Amino acid sequence: MNLNTYTVSRSSKTARIAAILSAVVLIILIAAPWWAGRADMRLMGELFLYLALATLWNLMAGYAGLVSVGQQAYVGFGGYMLFALTMFAGLHPIAAILAAGLLGALASIPVAVLIFRLRGAYFAIGTWVIAEVFRLGFAQVSALGGGSGSSLPVAIVKSLASKRAMRGSLSYWLALGAAVVVIAAVYAFLRSRKGLALTAIRDNELAASSLGIDIWRTKFTVYVVTSALTAMVGALIFLQKLRISPDAAFSVNDWTAFVIFIVVIGGIGTIEGPIIGTLVFFALRETLADLGTTYLIVLGVVAIVIMLRAPRGIWGVIRNRFDLQLFPLGYRVNASNKDNGT
Amino acid sequence: MDWLNAVVQGTLLGGLYALFAAGLSLIFGVMRLVNIAHGDLIVLAAYLGLTVTTATGLHPLLALILVVPTMAAIGYVLQRGLLNQTLGDDLLPPLLVTFGLSVILQNTLLEVYTADPQKMDAGALETASFAVGGLTLGVLPALTFVLAVVVIWGLQWTFYHTAIGRAFRAVSDNQDIAQLMGLNRRHVYGLAMALALGVTAIAGILLGIRTSFDPSIGGGRLIFGFEAVIIGGLGNLWGTLAGGVILGVAQTVGAKIDPGWQILSGHLAFLVILAIRPNGLFPRIDT
Repeated sequence: MNLNTYTVSRSSKTARIAAILSAVVLIILIAAPWWAGRADMRLMGELFLYLALATLWNLMAGYAGLVSVGQQAYVGFGGYMLFALTMFAGLHPIAAILAAGLLGALASIPVAVLIFRLRGAYFAIGTWVIAEVFRLGFAQVSALGGGSGSSLPVAIVKSLASKRAMRGSLSYWLALGAAVVVIAAVYAFLRSRKGLALTAIRDNELAASSLGIDIWRTKFTVYVVTSALTAMVGALIFLQKLRISPDAAFSVNDWTAFVIFIVVIGGIGTIEGPIIGTLVFFALRETLADLGTTYLIVLGVVAIVIMLRAPRGIWGVIRNRFDLQLFPLGYRVNASNKDNGT
Repeated sequence: MDWLNAVVQGTLLGGLYALFAAGLSLIFGVMRLVNIAHGDLIVLAAYLGLTVTTATGLHPLLALILVVPTMAAIGYVLQRGLLNQTLGDDLLPPLLVTFGLSVILQNTLLEVYTADPQKMDAGALETASFAVGGLTLGVLPALTFVLAVVVIWGLQWTFYHTAIGRAFRAVSDNQDIAQLMGLNRRHVYGLAMALALGVTAIAGILLGIRTSFDPSIGGGRLIFGFEAVIIGGLGNLWGTLAGGVILGVAQTVGAKIDPGWQILSGHLAFLVILAIRPNGLFPRIDT
């Protein structure tokens, strides 16, 4: 057997095709203001923001083993920071979004130090407590409208763009940009040295630690970065909504339950999963929304059935059957076809 | 005197939180399962109590005779039909399945009972009070506290003096060896969940008499129970009672300072204890 006939590569033909296709899709999506209506663009903007949230939650739960049910803490925090910084500090909305990310990272540091003391499922509920503390805390701030919330002043909305159509396009592009940046960042991170360490921790904590990986620090980094990006997405969400209140900003259903269902249905621990999950979620939502609460019951049942019957989600089933990987993270050994002598 | 009153009322409130927590603590102790739907099951029990009292005209406390076995049966079926499939080394399945269950329960209750706040009518019991050393205590809060102590004592006794308690401890210590010794762990887990939901039924009825409730409050009840468990220390039932009391006192004292701070100060007390004593005040199980 000649070793030269084997090559180790990360990329594959499907991955290259997928990359070209996603570039084409991205260009079409960037051009949406020229071909889509206002309502469609709003819907797509929302979809991209959910995609960003799902990708971030997936990084935490699917790769770092940090299952949080309290990410609404950072969504709401980011939203409130957008309002506070534009209204009281006079920041431009886009600068405020970036600042919200920075402040989200700062806020998440003491939180992480505290709740990393809880393990597993108790960590999950601990994150929920933090979100509740944020919610009740912001409800006490009367300058931001207290429990009833406040609206973004017209002058600030106009500072984004004076024409309504332009504002619509801008907030669409920001949402699309957020999704692309988040997916690209997570992809790049997982392919890096740190990402490898993270995958090692997920597969076996004990073995990873014996190889010299600092587990606490790796998880801490993931938590802080995820929180910062989640806060920025939160700021974008409330820039679209133009109105914020503690109950909407820190809603466990909107910003965590749906996100978890998206990731579980699509496929946890893969980059493709949240993308598929978001598409399925919005398809379900648009078709079943008239059913009201029944739609949420259906969603819960679907998530439970998938968790029990196909724990790797829709993408996991596809990948097992066709051996596909659109965003290659692992390496594979290819036998060269030129030399079939072996 | 006002402050003493706040502390005493908080202690009694802690009894209710300990009842929220006891079921959570029990199933964690036996099968290391954290049930995110626990709060919604408490609310379900309250609604079952409401249905029983309106249908039969029974006093809510007498409705316990029907609601406790119903919830226990639901617990057994739930455990054997669904939750047993999620147990294993992986953390995600139990967490996500109970999370899905929580959403299903909440929306089913919303569908059946609407979002209107409901309350159970317990007649004179709601307003009855008695004086002790210059303080006036409500009969209902005092009864709740006594029931909490009785339930926790009963659970302790079950754990350490009965055959089923021995089975609980055995599967908790080592499920494989327990299985080899002839215990069917699936059945034992089913019984543990039945017992836990029986306790939850008591908690739900007392909640429904004390305050109005609607389908959305489950998450908050789960958090209170969870905080009581962590403050008291994992796997220690008397610790859970102490945790409930600390949480209750923190809330009433916080409310005394500023009514808007009631729930927040409970959470803050929890976070402070987590910072100082990460394993709770009286830990027993290492996880």
